[in-house]
Amino acid sequence: MISFILRRLLALVPVGLGVVAIVSLLILTVPGDPADQILGPYATLEEKNELRENMGLNDPIHMQVLNYYKQILSGSLGTSLIYRKPVTALIAERIQPTVELAVVSLIIAILISIPLGLLSAIYAGKAIDYGAMGFALMGVAIPNFWLGPMLVLLFSIELGWLPVSERVSWASYVLPSLTLGTALAAALSRMTRNSMLDNMKEDYVRTAKAKGNTNLVIIGKHVLRNASIPLVTVVGLQFGVLLTGAIITERIFDWPGLGTLILDGINNRDYPLVQGCVLVFSASYLMVNLITDISYAFIDPRIKPQ
Amino acid sequence: MTSKSPFLKILNTLAKNPRVWFGAGVLGFNIFIALTASYISPFDPADMDDISRRLAPPSSENWFGNDLTGGDVLTSVIYGTRTSLYIGFVTVFLSMTLGVAVGLVAGYRGGYIDMILMRTVDLLMAFPGILLAMALAALMGPSLHNVVFAIAATGWTSSARLVRGQVLTLNEREYVTACKAMGASGWRIVLKHIFPGTLSPLVVLATFSLSGVIIIEASLSFLGLGAQDGSPSWGAILSQGRSQLVEAPHLSIAPGIAIFLLVLALNFLGDALRDALDPYQNK
Repeated sequence: MISFILRRLLALVPVGLGVVAIVSLLILTVPGDPADQILGPYATLEEKNELRENMGLNDPIHMQVLNYYKQILSGSLGTSLIYRKPVTALIAERIQPTVELAVVSLIIAILISIPLGLLSAIYAGKAIDYGAMGFALMGVAIPNFWLGPMLVLLFSIELGWLPVSERVSWASYVLPSLTLGTALAAALSRMTRNSMLDNMKEDYVRTAKAKGNTNLVIIGKHVLRNASIPLVTVVGLQFGVLLTGAIITERIFDWPGLGTLILDGINNRDYPLVQGCVLVFSASYLMVNLITDISYAFIDPRIKPQ
Repeated sequence: MTSKSPFLKILNTLAKNPRVWFGAGVLGFNIFIALTASYISPFDPADMDDISRRLAPPSSENWFGNDLTGGDVLTSVIYGTRTSLYIGFVTVFLSMTLGVAVGLVAGYRGGYIDMILMRTVDLLMAFPGILLAMALAALMGPSLHNVVFAIAATGWTSSARLVRGQVLTLNEREYVTACKAMGASGWRIVLKHIFPGTLSPLVVLATFSLSGVIIIEASLSFLGLGAQDGSPSWGAILSQGRSQLVEAPHLSIAPGIAIFLLVLALNFLGDALRDALDPYQNK
């Protein structure tokens, strides 16, 4: 197992290096001169030259990538042009609200989807199944940038039950987490249902029935446990999607997280900040995928780490 | 006894599925709206602002109400259909073309070409969904073509991976071996004998990609990173609606329903096509 983990970590190195290279080269996609874009039309030639020099834009491309590697290895992601603070400090301030939002959304998604998928599989082909899968389809098709405002309209403006925005109390987590977690809940419900139905056809279920076990015991003790294995992978892979979905959700609810920070960077053409945030999002995505891979091998003893 | 061709069998299976009728109906309706926007919309989008009607609720003159500048929301939703479908179809076409080309070359050539191309795919897939598209759209500036480029630049990887996998399987088939033995050129084998075999899963992927691109385009517009050259967009109307939820909730209703219905329809179509084209289901 240890060698499997080490191999997975080693495999991450070239991908990580490639991700950093792409992020460092993102600035090349800016049309014209980035210094013009940052400083505006009234900047002097000296000011533009100074900025280009400071940002390393006068260096050849391979040097720009190498310098970015060096910068990251020294623990720096540059200095934000708008906040005039190190990008790492800004990210450290904002990462907690984003992770909190993603984790609460994940918990809500699991709490909704597992019972829903379970009921759907037990009552397959009946009204409960159609209802649950109807919800799942709607959850997949409703974009979160529409669902969020609709939830605010209903629960905050019309009913006055929950705060409209910002992160002030536990109640502030409800609407953003529902907005972010619904699509995941929908996908997980479908997955749970399919996985349960597949497992219910297995021989061990017939054996358990023959031994006189009740349906509740068979499902609770055997089927659910086996059916949850593929769900771990989906949950892991979807956690990365939750992190990026957080960008839109944070915008809707004025949530002070990484999403709001990257949008601040984008709106103000703060390239170091955008690069730093893209890098952190991608690194989190890669790490979650790695943890999912490893945990998959732990959970299912039938899977031998390759 | 007459045996139907596989194509007719698939059509027959599709025709029996009510989801296909719903999906095709909604998609067809949207295409009709997009093509006839300039004839059916009540106002000219370039000349519809009437500040005296700013944020006015739905009325007999403006069925879906008015926006921040007094423009007609129905007109924006109608022209937004055109923008969404234009970006959707063009992006899916570009990303599929690139993905298919990369997948065919990687799968057929193999060796170091395959390794380089597939590691590039892995690398781009290491970025979470919309993030790279967002960064590209933001850095290149907000225009219709930049949005298309930003989404296509990151969206081709799924089709490349899918086609490569298909090519590796098909390459081992006897008919391909027979073609090689008969001296057919590599490109002839790829284009005439292998590529048609990859079409079924590609059609399914294209349908799901279209719904994905429509959501990404609307998300970019919602975040202010979409086309800002005057082309109305569903995401942009929703973005206006977000800041006016108390005063003008009508701004959020119509474009949201439009996106929801179109994405739902495409998901229905994708599911039905996957079921009809999956050989294991047809057994």
